[in-house]
Amino acid sequence: MTTMTIQDHQQAGPLAELNPASLPQSPAWLQPMREQALARFNKLGLPTTRDEDWRFTNVAPIRDALLELSPNGQAVTLSQRDADTCAVPGVTGSRLVFVNGRFNASLSSIKPLPQGVRVLSLAEAIETEQALLKTHLGKLADFEDQPFTALNAALADDGVVVCVPRGKQVDEPIYLLNITTADKPLLINPRNLIVVEESAAVTVIEDYVSLNGEGVYLNNAVTEVVVGDNAHATHYMLDRESTEAFNISSLYSRQGRDSRFESHTALLGGSIVRNNVTSVLDGEGAWSQLNGLYVIRGDQTADNHMRVVHAKPHGDSRQFYKGIMNDRAKGVFRGRIVVDPDAQKTDAKQSNQNLLLSPDAGVNTDPQLEIFADDVKCTHGATIGQLNEEQVFYLRSRGVPYDTARAMIIYAFASETIDRMGCEPIRRLLKGQLLDRLPAGEVLKKIL
Amino acid sequence: MSATESQQAIEELAKRTYKEGWATDIESESLPPGLNEDTVRAISAKKNEPQWMTDWRLKAYRHWLGMKTPTWPFLPYGYGPIDYQAISYYSAPKQDKDRPQSLDEVDPELLRTYERLGIPLQEQKLLAGVAGVAVDAVFDSVSVATTFKKELAEKGVIFCSFSEAVREHPELVQKYVGSVVPYSDNYFATLNSAVFSDGSFVYVPKGVRCPMELSTYFRINAMNTGQFERTLIIADEGAYVSYLEGCTAPMRDENQLHAAVVELVALKDAQIKYSTIQNWYPGDANGKGGIYNFVTKRGACRGDNAHISWTQVETGSAITWKYPSVILQGDRSVGEFYSVALTNQMQQADTGTKMIHIGKDTKSTIISKGISAGRGQNVYRGQVKVLKNADNARNYTQCDSMLLGDKCGAHTFPYIDVKNPTANVEHEASTSKIGEDQLFYCQQRGIPMEDAVSLIVNGFCKQVLKELPMEFAVEANKLLSISLEGSVG
Repeated sequence: MTTMTIQDHQQAGPLAELNPASLPQSPAWLQPMREQALARFNKLGLPTTRDEDWRFTNVAPIRDALLELSPNGQAVTLSQRDADTCAVPGVTGSRLVFVNGRFNASLSSIKPLPQGVRVLSLAEAIETEQALLKTHLGKLADFEDQPFTALNAALADDGVVVCVPRGKQVDEPIYLLNITTADKPLLINPRNLIVVEESAAVTVIEDYVSLNGEGVYLNNAVTEVVVGDNAHATHYMLDRESTEAFNISSLYSRQGRDSRFESHTALLGGSIVRNNVTSVLDGEGAWSQLNGLYVIRGDQTADNHMRVVHAKPHGDSRQFYKGIMNDRAKGVFRGRIVVDPDAQKTDAKQSNQNLLLSPDAGVNTDPQLEIFADDVKCTHGATIGQLNEEQVFYLRSRGVPYDTARAMIIYAFASETIDRMGCEPIRRLLKGQLLDRLPAGEVLKKIL
Repeated sequence: MSATESQQAIEELAKRTYKEGWATDIESESLPPGLNEDTVRAISAKKNEPQWMTDWRLKAYRHWLGMKTPTWPFLPYGYGPIDYQAISYYSAPKQDKDRPQSLDEVDPELLRTYERLGIPLQEQKLLAGVAGVAVDAVFDSVSVATTFKKELAEKGVIFCSFSEAVREHPELVQKYVGSVVPYSDNYFATLNSAVFSDGSFVYVPKGVRCPMELSTYFRINAMNTGQFERTLIIADEGAYVSYLEGCTAPMRDENQLHAAVVELVALKDAQIKYSTIQNWYPGDANGKGGIYNFVTKRGACRGDNAHISWTQVETGSAITWKYPSVILQGDRSVGEFYSVALTNQMQQADTGTKMIHIGKDTKSTIISKGISAGRGQNVYRGQVKVLKNADNARNYTQCDSMLLGDKCGAHTFPYIDVKNPTANVEHEASTSKIGEDQLFYCQQRGIPMEDAVSLIVNGFCKQVLKELPMEFAVEANKLLSISLEGSVG
């Protein structure tokens, strides 16, 4: 068993340094990647706010939280009932439960899947799916300048591997329920690989929950999605963790010709949550949509970093992110659209809208364009504001009380994002949670 | 029009020539290349500066030694390292010890130089009803002539070279210099603070509306020199001034450095309008030579209802890094930024603005139009910051980019930081190629390709060009069409 604290190494230098001895046992073909990632992480160190990519989010609280690696192979007992309480109600299909980053087979249920579709834990896949992993694992998640991705690549030894072969469609979503029962400040590195071959389709839901809604720990997740020609992949990222927890999630996708990729994100929990999405449109006529909502309060920080790369012609991309900040919460959005010289006829849109509900809330938004092709249509827009007083007045003049009017407008603002999500149980859950947070939410619940 | 035709036209356009590329053969005296404390002292001594100015320069120089060149600008073609020891920090046309007392005594070669640039230094009789433009001409490191001084003095307006201001109005200079751009601000501003040679100084007293446009024309002539000018404009309570700046340089194979600092101070109810037409030598088609234009420009709206507006047309320079900013301190103060940046050949421009909202009910508007042709790379980088107490701050930003040709790039990096919920901030940006249908429409009506492009580009920039004072608007229009000659669209 390897237990190691980052803090120990802190004392030697300003930044954490991993010891090669702490790398998990892995087969010879995987070892070089781990070693490179470890060397890279040690070189980069944890980012500071002087790094352009981390200007607005200080990770010092994560560094100071004294993180421990999740003990290898140690089973944490969790009842089926606990797992059920944590899950999003109404999601059917296969459910894979991870407790403190470790796959728990007894709590999971894998429904019958179309022939050839593989859904298994990464730990198992390392033993049995060598060919698949050798082709895809770590190919999209470049850790050259991403310390947390490097950290994950060095240490991750569990997560999920989904492979949908050519022409197969998985109708019901594959639900990854990540439950953390932190009585200790754990460092957990979930690692997922989703391969959707030509003309195949699948939906994967990644959900992070803290047992009993408490605990200080870091989930440092990396998910790679390979979308084949004419394939359709949908990914959900839900963060409903304790307001003391840290979450850094990095999603990487690469798409083939005429493929579709949807990423839906909802950040409600966590103390510091960083959501990185890198979407590469690497085939002609690819379509990508990044849709997200962050609703935060208290001292929460939600930091969203999008990077959409148009590498081939005729690609369409859409980024829609909305944020609602209350109390002292801080929202960050940085979206970058990169259009390579070859990617003519690109149509890229990016929009980030923010509502600030309290005088102490803040937001930093940097919508960016980097364009090297001429025959393109790229737009981006960002707005920041409080509630529109005219809209409030309109409702009040019709006898709607102030609080209810406010709640209705906020609800409508967020609904636009939620309604883009195809999964009905998730929509229901998010709308419910949103209403719970609004002062006159009860009234609205009755109306809706 | 066929695609190849427009392609050819684009390439034609990219091959424009720089018509201000000649050099004047004039005797000049320069400091030998090199930078150390003695250089700083020597510059200060040449200008007969008081001790406090020398000390300030030295303080900046010592601070500069500990600084690093910024690496964050987005420069796909990179830029050669600058050897600060190879630059001569002072170059002035040789003249008698006594500086010319009137325009008649100015070296005729110099007058011809400016004549050729279209900047008449002779005070022409004013036409009835038409205001003239007072010009301060800066040649390499020194101001060679300032026109209409007498007329301005009658109104109490001080318009002179910076060196003269240090000597004649030390109390004003000492009070305001470095108050907007501190000596430690950034690498190039700090370097400027140490070695700045000349520039313009304007003070408009309380309640005075400056009767004419003030203008400075900068010309780099000597080889291996850097130009480090410093401009300070102060509009006292209720004053108004409109200031124009233009610049050119001969064609040289080496990159020359231009690191200027401009500080604007607008007190209560004052308004300053600052317009720039930047046409430094952009280098040749292969990116050889050209000016590095690394400029720090910042204005402070110190009092309530103050108003600062920047308008710029950037067509020259191999590399431009420039972010004219406004600090909106006074309540209800207003900041504006209108920009057209055109990059052609191998030019790189990383330019934009910063609007810092501190006072209540402050308002800012940003309109930026980027045009990339040839292999030009054009970046808009801007920041809108609303601090905690800036209730009801309002910002509107629009930045549009147009691409002419398939080898150029257009990039947008806005930063929006809001700490007050009553703020209303909007940012919009779009990037597109010149409209095929618009071109077709023009051509169909017999307008030649090149004229059509020019027409469309002008329309694209109209929102900005209309902010320019009349005299400059005409020049800017001409400049845009010359810069795009052959390019198409």
